[in-house]
Amino acid sequence: MERILFYILALSMVGFAIAAVSSRKMLRSVIYLLFVLVGVAGLFFLIDYNFLAAIQLTVYAGGIIVLIIFSVLLVHHIELKLEMAKPKRRILTGILCLLGIGVFISTIYSHSFDVVGEHTTTLTSDIGKRLLSVEDGGFILPFEVISVLLLAAMIGAIIIAKGKKLNEKTKDLP
Amino acid sequence: MNISYIILIPVIPLVVFLLLGIFNRKIKPSVSGYVGVFGLLVSAVLSFYAAFEYFFVLGKVDGVFQTLSEKIVWMNFTDSLHIDMGILVDPISVMMLVVVSTVSLMVHIYSRGYMHGDEGYTKFFAFLSLFTFSMYGLVLATNLFQIYIFWELVGVSSYLLIGYYYTKTSAIAAAKKAFIVTRFADFGFLIGILIIGYYTGTFDFETLNNPEGSAILNWASYSFMGLSALTWALILIFIGGAGKSAMFPLHIWLPDAMEGPTPVSALIHAATMVVAGVFLVARLFPMYYFVDDGFVLQIVAYVGAFSALFAAIIAITQTDIKRVLAFSTMSQLGYMMLGLGVSGFEGHSGVGYMASMFHLFTHAMFKALLFLGAGSVIHAVHSNFLKDMGGLRKYMPITNITFLIAALAIAGVPPLAGFWSKDEILVAAYEHNRLIYYIGVFVAGLTAFYMFRIYFGIFWGKDRLYHHKPKESPLSMTFPLLVLAFLSITVGFIPFSEFVTPDKMGFTAHLNYPLAAIASAVGLIGIATAWVFYKKENQLGDIWANRFGMLYKWTSNKFYFDEIYMFIAKKIFFKRVSEPFAKFDRKYVDGTMVGIGNTTVATSRKIKGLQSGRVQDYAFAFIGGAVIIGLIFIYLWT
Amino acid sequence: MIEGISIYDILTLTTILFFIGVYGFLTRKNLISILISVEMILNASVVNFVVINKYLYPDILQGTLFSIFIIAVAAAETALAVAIIINLYRQISSVEVKDTEVMKF
Repeated sequence: MERILFYILALSMVGFAIAAVSSRKMLRSVIYLLFVLVGVAGLFFLIDYNFLAAIQLTVYAGGIIVLIIFSVLLVHHIELKLEMAKPKRRILTGILCLLGIGVFISTIYSHSFDVVGEHTTTLTSDIGKRLLSVEDGGFILPFEVISVLLLAAMIGAIIIAKGKKLNEKTKDLP
Repeated sequence: MNISYIILIPVIPLVVFLLLGIFNRKIKPSVSGYVGVFGLLVSAVLSFYAAFEYFFVLGKVDGVFQTLSEKIVWMNFTDSLHIDMGILVDPISVMMLVVVSTVSLMVHIYSRGYMHGDEGYTKFFAFLSLFTFSMYGLVLATNLFQIYIFWELVGVSSYLLIGYYYTKTSAIAAAKKAFIVTRFADFGFLIGILIIGYYTGTFDFETLNNPEGSAILNWASYSFMGLSALTWALILIFIGGAGKSAMFPLHIWLPDAMEGPTPVSALIHAATMVVAGVFLVARLFPMYYFVDDGFVLQIVAYVGAFSALFAAIIAITQTDIKRVLAFSTMSQLGYMMLGLGVSGFEGHSGVGYMASMFHLFTHAMFKALLFLGAGSVIHAVHSNFLKDMGGLRKYMPITNITFLIAALAIAGVPPLAGFWSKDEILVAAYEHNRLIYYIGVFVAGLTAFYMFRIYFGIFWGKDRLYHHKPKESPLSMTFPLLVLAFLSITVGFIPFSEFVTPDKMGFTAHLNYPLAAIASAVGLIGIATAWVFYKKENQLGDIWANRFGMLYKWTSNKFYFDEIYMFIAKKIFFKRVSEPFAKFDRKYVDGTMVGIGNTTVATSRKIKGLQSGRVQDYAFAFIGGAVIIGLIFIYLWT
Repeated sequence: MIEGISIYDILTLTTILFFIGVYGFLTRKNLISILISVEMILNASVVNFVVINKYLYPDILQGTLFSIFIIAVAAAETALAVAIIINLYRQISSVEVKDTEVMKF
């Protein structure tokens, strides 16, 4: 049952991913990405990481996609057809990517993973405790750094997007 | 004798030059004229004082005029070979100080009137001061290198002053011509200096000119192409001097140099700068005399004699009065060279040297007077050409009288200045070389003839159609004329042989009455011929011109020397030598460089695509590289 | 851990997703499309972290925590990128890559 589910998920993700990078309509491309992200969330559910799946859905599928959609709506006509790269370049890139896939997969398959058979469910509280732990193996410092980084990124985003100063300057120019 | 104050003589004009040059636009013309004249007045007073002190009070020790010098080492090459800067005081430098000061002062005063209202009034005075400074430096130089530096400086100031009317194409061409021709000669001078420095190990005049010094005693020890190396050096230095003194065949710049304002012609191209070549030979006279037993002096004598004759013949046919005076200058310079060339060294045999310096001295006075008089005439009638002049004696009495005095002086009529000096030269030539003597006498006759030709042409004959009635020049112009006329009459009585001799011991010169009588007679014949030809307007001149036909045409075209030079320069050098070289340079040398440049540009244009500036292209290369490296590691490394 | 699905299957899937993202990144001509491709690449690596953590070291949480961080950073990055894109659009009225080439000078 889970196997079938995985294959369905995998196939749809690959399909949507290809659609996302080759669609000539911006908004559709974003929606295909949304499906891919949702598929990843499904994958997390399958391997029993509910918390991560939730994050994936809220942050990625909820936040980022909405942000991208907003930007698309701000800068594009919905019906605008996207310009694509030259065929020659697309073929070259395709071959390159296939080669890359080959390299990766051959590396992966030539390596024997030491898979642990037991099944454990990770609790959200464990994640929270570990994140805020100050003991060995605790992630309180990276957590703090990430939060500061986020804050800085947000402020930066706001300032850049406002762009008021720049406009004033250009107005001042004779 | 303390000679330190003499350094002030050149420094004052330099300061004046800097003042006028830097504040060119801020100084009112009236002020700048006074500044220039006053500066030079101080210099002149100092020069006269120095001359008085040197010749009459302190210069003579045991009957010999001392050579005094004060110098600092400027550039040190070896222990003995170094270039100094300083001042050298001996009879000829003091004499030259007097000449330069007198003429320069007169020209300064004269210029205040002549250049009145000219746009570049201040600039003109600045250049005059620069020239005077350079000329003082030249005559006071202690060594060959210093004299060379000032030599070039006078060349530059001459260039600036000839090209003073820089909007006139002919003036620019003349300035360039003067500069290039003299530069060409100076090249010989420079090589001569280097040869002397190399073989004798010194540049210093005192060491070089010492008859018992090693430079002169060892002259024969180095030879080159059949002559001593020092002989070659002296010939090369004489070429330098010939260039400045407009000796044949480097004379072509002097007539054209008359494009400059007339006071400039008087100062530079008559009285002072052009005698620098004569001065140079005189300065190195002991070397010229002792090295190779005076071989180079023979060359000097013949070049001088030929130039004197050549220029005198051309002067007869010229119609531009300034050009007549220019050729006359060249002729008289030839006289001076001739005098040096026939001179001995000791005692009375040094009369040629003495006479040459004497003639330099007197010539400076009456030739400056002639030029300033001509300037006065040109100022009145606004033309350089004889055909626009005539009957001016009624309108310009002072100019008339002074010009007449100068013409009589140059013609060698006793007892004016030119008579004494010219007579001494002829005496020296007579004792030394008859051929040169005959040339000298003939030239004396020609000189009298062409001088009175223009004199009668200007001041006698019928009035011409003048734009406005010619009137006598202002006092600032006539005053120098009067002073110089006075000097032209009197300076001949100076007993020059007491002061300026090659061995620096005075002797008493006696007038050689037969020779003096011949010379004066020839001069008078010349004047009389001119009287017949030109006193009243008649056709005699034209008739004789026709009679000579071809010769006349050649002469009036200055024997086509300009054309010959043009032909050599343009048709032979430019076309046969320079042009192929230029072509080679443009085609192959430039071509190679341009080719390299073009290849670089083409290559970079081709590979520019690699650096597109698009992140995606870089990412493509990066990922492709990563994949290829991965492939290599997986399949080839094991 | 999914019954009947080995780690190889999942890693294969993430590899394919990753390279689809790379393909998009290299071929798209539009800044937002490039952003989408970058999101896909990031997501593929997040899955890798999680899966390796789950299959190989189930009793520690490093992989999980790092995937959380990656998601946070990705969110920040997206926000910034969108801000830049909007600003750029204001300046040059375009979000095409070819119009931003002036940056190279």
